[in-house]
Order: sequence, then C-alpha cells, then structure tokens
Amino acid sequence: MKFQKKIAQTQQTIPTASLPDIIFMLLIFFMVTTVLREVDIQVEFTLPEAVALEKIDNKRLLSYIWIGKDERIQIDDSILPVDAISNIAYQKRMNNPNIIMSLRIDKGSRMGIVSDVQQELRRADALRINYSALVKF
Amino acid sequence: MFRKRKKPPVEIPTSSMADISFLLLLFFLVTTTIDIDTGIDLVLPPWVENAEQVQVKSDNIANLLVNEVGDVLLDEKIIGVPQIKPEIIARIKANPKLIISYKTVRDTPYNIYISVMDQLKLAYRELRDEYSRQKFGVPADEATESQIQDIRKAIPQRISLAEPTQAEG
Repeated sequence: MKFQKKIAQTQQTIPTASLPDIIFMLLIFFMVTTVLREVDIQVEFTLPEAVALEKIDNKRLLSYIWIGKDERIQIDDSILPVDAISNIAYQKRMNNPNIIMSLRIDKGSRMGIVSDVQQELRRADALRINYSALVKF
Repeated sequence: MFRKRKKPPVEIPTSSMADISFLLLLFFLVTTTIDIDTGIDLVLPPWVENAEQVQVKSDNIANLLVNEVGDVLLDEKIIGVPQIKPEIIARIKANPKLIISYKTVRDTPYNIYISVMDQLKLAYRELRDEYSRQKFGVPADEATESQIQDIRKAIPQRISLAEPTQAEG
C-alpha cells in the first residue's frame, strides 16, 4: 500500500494585496492627527505643577505666550517687549474672538512680569487665559 | 506573414507600494505628538480706564496675600499652602457670597502663585462636586450641560485678582 503525502489543496500564502491599503489607512490617520510644530521656542522654561487642571480639547483656539527664565517674552516666532503684546493679542482676538491665551511661564518667574503681561492682555480684551501647568502626581 | 506580436501585459509593479507607505507611516509616527495641553483656566476682568471702586462688605472678602518670600497670608494670618483648600471650603460654606481677593507682590515666585491658585480651584471643584452630588446625585464631571450651568450659577468662582504691589522697604 502506498502512502501518499497529503497536500492541502488550499493556497498556503497569505494574501498581501491588501497590505498597502491597511498601511495607507494608518498613514492617513497619523497624517490627520499630526500637528507639525510651527514655532521654535527660543526661551528656556520649566512649567509649574498643579492638580486642578483642565484639558483644552480645541487646540485651534490656543495661542501661546512664552516667558522664559530670563524673563524674555516670546509670541509666535519673535521675542517681544511687554508693551507690544496688547497689539498682537488684539489682532489675534480679531481673527479669532474665542481665543485662549496659553501662558507658558517658567516656574521661577516673578509675578511682576506675569502681571504686566496680564494687564496687556486685558487691554487687548483677550480675557480667556490658561496658565499652562504639568500634572502633579 | 505579418503576425501581430503578442504584447506582454502592461503592469506597474506594486510590491514596493507597502514599503513606501511604511516609510511615510514611520515619518508621521515619529513626528506626531499626541499631547494635550493642560493648565488652569482663568478669565481676566475686562479693562476699564478708570476703575470705579466697589465697596464690598469686609465680611465677604477673604484676603489672600503671597509675599515676596512665598509666605501665604490669609487675612493676615500665615497659612501653609495645603491648608488653603480646607480653609476656603469652610469659609465659603459659612458665607456663600465670599469673594477671594488674591494679591501678590511683584517679587512673588510664579510657582507659588500657581500652587495657591491650584488650591483655590480645587476648593471650588470640591464644592461644586458636593453640590452636584446633593442636587443631581452625580459627580460634577458626569453632569449634563444644563446641570453644569446650574452648578456654575449656584457656586460661582469669585476670585478677584488684585494688581501686585511693589514690596515695601
């Protein structure tokens, strides 16, 4: 009696034709979620820590003001003096009335400069602010 | 005689397509940052040229002062930062109309300002949560939109930011 080796009749290969489609799907997901960083941060800062934090879901409403260790103020791509803030903030608020100014201030700063910036923002009527802080564990 | 030569089927090789898209995928994977900004929200008071002084009964004010070394004074008594929350909660419960006047000097360190602000926000959060549980039976973060409005109306955040003064001496 002959023993014949059984060979499955079905195809043994995994179909790879749809592989590009799957990869493209992933690709599109990451392309959509990616926000490329638009500005170079020229000031050095460490954010303070807090517990009662709120998340900002809508990044498009945000506009950042950085204040570094050396008390230099950066908006967008440039270092500015304090009294230039109100003009810029006003323009930003004109373009986007619901703007939230996110203040990313070094934790070693003094309140004097923070208050000066806030006064400028009040003058520009950009009243919604957010003190950027890290989660304290 | 002239036999039509049989053309081979025209095909674009697609086997490398997956590799190309993998490359792109890796690029976006590396550049993506899914970080959510977190911070403490605050609404500044509108700018007025000549601010008129509004007299508030002194019983309704809690004076919170942080000096240049970072000592926190609540109604001229020194208080540790973690004690602010229970103290403020107790005082708001005793007097729902309480306004917290938060004052700093120009040399107050920013991180102390934030940790005190954090305590105030935590106090309000706890009060609102309690109110929500009593009235609606749900914690404040599960309340519906209209319930949130109600909670905000019942327990408004009354934090008044005073302009920092120059440290004396």
